[in-house]
Amino acid sequence: MSEFEKKITEYKGKIKLSTNIEEIESLRLDLFGKNGVINLEFKKLGQLSAEEKKIFAANINKIKQDLLDIYNAKSVEILDKDIIQKVEKEKIDITLPEKEFKIGKVHPVSQVIDEISCIFSEIGFSVEEGPDVENDYNNFTALNTPENHPAKDMHDTFYLDENMKTLLRTHTSPVQVRTMLKGKPPFKIIAPGRTYRSDSDQTHTPMFHQLEGLHIDKDINMGHLKGCLNYFIREFFEVDKIKMRFRPSHFPFTEPSAEVDIGYRIENNKIIIGEGDKWLEILGCGMVHPNVLKNCKVDPNKFQGFAFGIGIDRLAMLKYGINDLRSFFECDYRWLNHYGFDPLDVPTNYRGLSR
Amino acid sequence: MKFTKDWLNDHLKTKKNEQQIIDKLNGIGLEVEKVEPIKNGLSNFIVAKIVRANKHPNADRLKLCDVDIGEKENIKVVCGAPNAQDGLLTIYAPPGSTIPKNGMKLEVSKIRGETSYGMLCSESELKLSKESEGIIELGKKYINKIGKSYFKNNEKSNVIELSITPNRPDCLGVRGIARDLSASGYGDLKDIKKVKFKNILKHNLKVKIEKNKNQACSIFGSCLIKNIRNKESPSWLKERILALGLRPISAVVDITNYVMFDLNRPLHAYDLDKIKKSIKVRNSIKGEKLTALDNKTYTLKENMCVIADEEGALGLGGIIGGVRSGTELETKNILIESAYFDPGITRKTAKELEINSDAKFRFERGIDPQSVKEGLEMSARLIVDICGGEVSNFDIQEITKFREKIINFDPKLVSKTVGLNVKEKEIIKILNKLGFVSKKKSKKLKVKIPLWRPDVLGEIDLVEEVIRILGFENIKSIEPEKVRKKPTLNFYQKNFHLAQRSVASKGYFETITWSFSDEKINDKFKENFESIRIINPISSDLGVLRNSLYPNLIYYMNKNLKRGFSDQSLFEIGPVFTGNQPGDQITVVCGIKKQHYDQEDFKKDEQLDVFEIKKDLVQTLVELGLDKNEILVEDKSPSYYHPGISGSISSKDNNYLFAYFGQIHPKITELSFGFEIFLENLVDFKIKNKKNKDSLILSDYQKSDRDFAFLVNKDTKAQLLVDAIQNIDKSLIKNIKIFDVYDGKNIPSNKKSIALKVTIQSDYKTLNEKDLSDISNKIIKSVEEKTNAKLRS
Repeated sequence: MSEFEKKITEYKGKIKLSTNIEEIESLRLDLFGKNGVINLEFKKLGQLSAEEKKIFAANINKIKQDLLDIYNAKSVEILDKDIIQKVEKEKIDITLPEKEFKIGKVHPVSQVIDEISCIFSEIGFSVEEGPDVENDYNNFTALNTPENHPAKDMHDTFYLDENMKTLLRTHTSPVQVRTMLKGKPPFKIIAPGRTYRSDSDQTHTPMFHQLEGLHIDKDINMGHLKGCLNYFIREFFEVDKIKMRFRPSHFPFTEPSAEVDIGYRIENNKIIIGEGDKWLEILGCGMVHPNVLKNCKVDPNKFQGFAFGIGIDRLAMLKYGINDLRSFFECDYRWLNHYGFDPLDVPTNYRGLSR
Repeated sequence: MKFTKDWLNDHLKTKKNEQQIIDKLNGIGLEVEKVEPIKNGLSNFIVAKIVRANKHPNADRLKLCDVDIGEKENIKVVCGAPNAQDGLLTIYAPPGSTIPKNGMKLEVSKIRGETSYGMLCSESELKLSKESEGIIELGKKYINKIGKSYFKNNEKSNVIELSITPNRPDCLGVRGIARDLSASGYGDLKDIKKVKFKNILKHNLKVKIEKNKNQACSIFGSCLIKNIRNKESPSWLKERILALGLRPISAVVDITNYVMFDLNRPLHAYDLDKIKKSIKVRNSIKGEKLTALDNKTYTLKENMCVIADEEGALGLGGIIGGVRSGTELETKNILIESAYFDPGITRKTAKELEINSDAKFRFERGIDPQSVKEGLEMSARLIVDICGGEVSNFDIQEITKFREKIINFDPKLVSKTVGLNVKEKEIIKILNKLGFVSKKKSKKLKVKIPLWRPDVLGEIDLVEEVIRILGFENIKSIEPEKVRKKPTLNFYQKNFHLAQRSVASKGYFETITWSFSDEKINDKFKENFESIRIINPISSDLGVLRNSLYPNLIYYMNKNLKRGFSDQSLFEIGPVFTGNQPGDQITVVCGIKKQHYDQEDFKKDEQLDVFEIKKDLVQTLVELGLDKNEILVEDKSPSYYHPGISGSISSKDNNYLFAYFGQIHPKITELSFGFEIFLENLVDFKIKNKKNKDSLILSDYQKSDRDFAFLVNKDTKAQLLVDAIQNIDKSLIKNIKIFDVYDGKNIPSNKKSIALKVTIQSDYKTLNEKDLSDISNKIIKSVEEKTNAKLRS
């Protein structure tokens, strides 16, 4: 055994016996450093013949590789031991509470408006809006509700002037008027928004939300109206079938007019929409009155179609089991947290309305 | 509108039962609101037994009875009847019930020091007979009925209550309802019996409708009935009056009410002897007074329609009668009025005087002018039948002739509108049964509209009549096509949607608050706006349209604070009003934040400061598509912010104000922070500054950070330094970060130190020491020149 090989054997022993990171680091320098044992041995190459060089170098390389394997194994062993020792001291109480993550909430009315927009988007409706302050003409007269008519009594109106010419809109129907006046048929719009009536009790708030729908084209009839509403209610309540009944009613701006009831039943104190033998009034609708079309510069001999109005808050109450309308506007932190929606929970038609 | 099936049978020959009728009514647009048994008000008079009739301790003539009323324990009733004795079965009236004889409402009361719970009744008190001596003595068979109601509710007959839409005055009478049912195949409408009166008197009271401007009365029919004996109505009539929810008063009054609900024909009965000389229907004189049957005295304005005699107004035409000429039980001679008043004028008068009456409700919806005679006939016949007397001829003053309108109706419009093929024969049949007279004329129908249908004005109304009777359930539903030709949301709406969810994702709870606000609170936020008052607010603290979202948000935040929520982030996105005209509104996203600094929390959070709210705001603006280098932060803000801890964010050119933010002024609320984003401004800016993303160049050359600390005047804004550096060489200066602002030790008192880290990198080469020192020198020079700063050594 050469002097070199002896040294190597000696070092192998030292590596095996080393216990900490400093020791093994100094051994690494001794062996593989610039002036380490291995490099010194390589320096001997210069004195040898070509033939000898080959054998000699191969031998050193083999020894070097051997040593490296041993060194690496030991080094990993030492490092692991250190980490394990450190980790053992780092025991915490994992039951302590997590750091608070502050995610906000979207109001259920906003969520429901997005759901509605999503549903109507599929069948080609666009969203339109109008101002909260309206004039008497758009809110009543253009909608075929004449001055001094008892139909006005159905709306307890907030007025902004003594002459009762400007008011807070009592329904979203003036958006129909605005939309038709500024464009050309066909019209296919929905208009969600705030509406106001001076009424405040258990089931009424002075402000609430309505959704207006309007579809005017050459041949839109009541069959389309039925189909459209049936589709909407089905999609909104996420059921395959819905029991629905159209009852004749009266609104000055539609003729014929109907109120729509949906079937429901009560199960374990919860309302199940779509079946059962009870009826719930849910919306008003009808074929747009020719007078309204005329007032909006649309020729009633060429165009016809339907309109409807739905209470958005009511829909939200039914779908999400909220039983007090007034609570929508009371901003109770607990209520907002409970009934609000995660902002990332955006209703879409490919993912679905609710998760 | 209320009626009973029994009453309906007077007009409709039908085999259908009550439930079938109810379902049908809903199907043809006469919405059934309620069905309930007739309340006769007697159900709480119950059979009871006197267990012991004790002597009253303080009164010789009274007894203190222990009464078994079928409850667990007997109750005490004080009774003065001589026949009150142990074991007597009688009728007991509990506290709260009303005694039919005198209308007295019973209460728990003390009689000579002893508490009496209710009363034991005599026959006369219950109007069973005139017998008022002693209490009722019931037979032995009632022993099993103790505790049960003595009078049976009329259970075979329910009151059906309809909610009649304002277009259907004809259905405010039972006959109209019967007509609709017969048209829908639910029976045959019976004819109204014609009556002939014997011994006709001469109508000798002069009646005249004056030709005034806007005279509301166009027909005034009347007849006199003399020598009647007014009395209590017979039980069939009382039952119907009770079914209407009215109180029976006397035969004459009950009959006028009955005819109103039967034929939808309002009438009025006058005491003929109280009318002075003649009747004039005229417009009122300003200041004229009338004490009406509701016992209120009204001061009339000019030109209201009054029925008057020589002394003055007797009543308001079509609205309410007056006390002076009212009928009483003793009335001997009466005048019955059956008239027509204009809907609009009647409504206006009633509204101005704030009077509601069944007559007004009908006249303002439109009464059949041809029912004037019918009403007189029916009421006169009933009065003579019940009260006796002689009837005069009918005097009918008429200043306007009403003619039936004719509509040329294209029957094809039915299928075109409803999408259901209906045969012409079917259409004619339905219309005729409803009382329309239709004749075929070439391809169209000539349809004569009966005067009881003032709502039918055009072809489309006839379409509704046809489909209403046929039933909406026969219309086939057409599934909508899934085609979208236009985008669902416009650019503004997309931004609204994004802003809403963007703010919510930063920990804020979305609220929806009233568009109105308390003027006192709103005043603190309205700045230069005028208050926009609501003329008829729901309450005085919701009296103005809001000029800012803060008033309501702060109000509700404080309410939540009281509920114990010290950490709160709320926001609202909605309208703020800038004037009282349509369109005077902007959309604001307003967030408000309050944080309670909890000393005891083991993970101590940093205390909330303005930079927290600025972080939420700027990040929201970035998410809404603004670049950080497009915005300009300045210390301008409205007066409701803390003047030293607030600012504005606008476009660099200052043309678009995007937002305000800062601490809310402490005099308004303590330690709260908020922001307001002006959505339209932001969207306008985005439309005018559409940008595409720059293509991305990733540099792999060495990046160097250089730190600088400058000494500046205390009021110098850090942004100035950043701007001074940023514009030196955009291709090299990749980032600037302010990492320290310091004043205090070693810094002159009017100065502060701002330290920045500037990241320098080239896209083309590795910068050498010289390049770096060149750019560093430029940075120092630029900052010193533009901000009066000095580099700290």
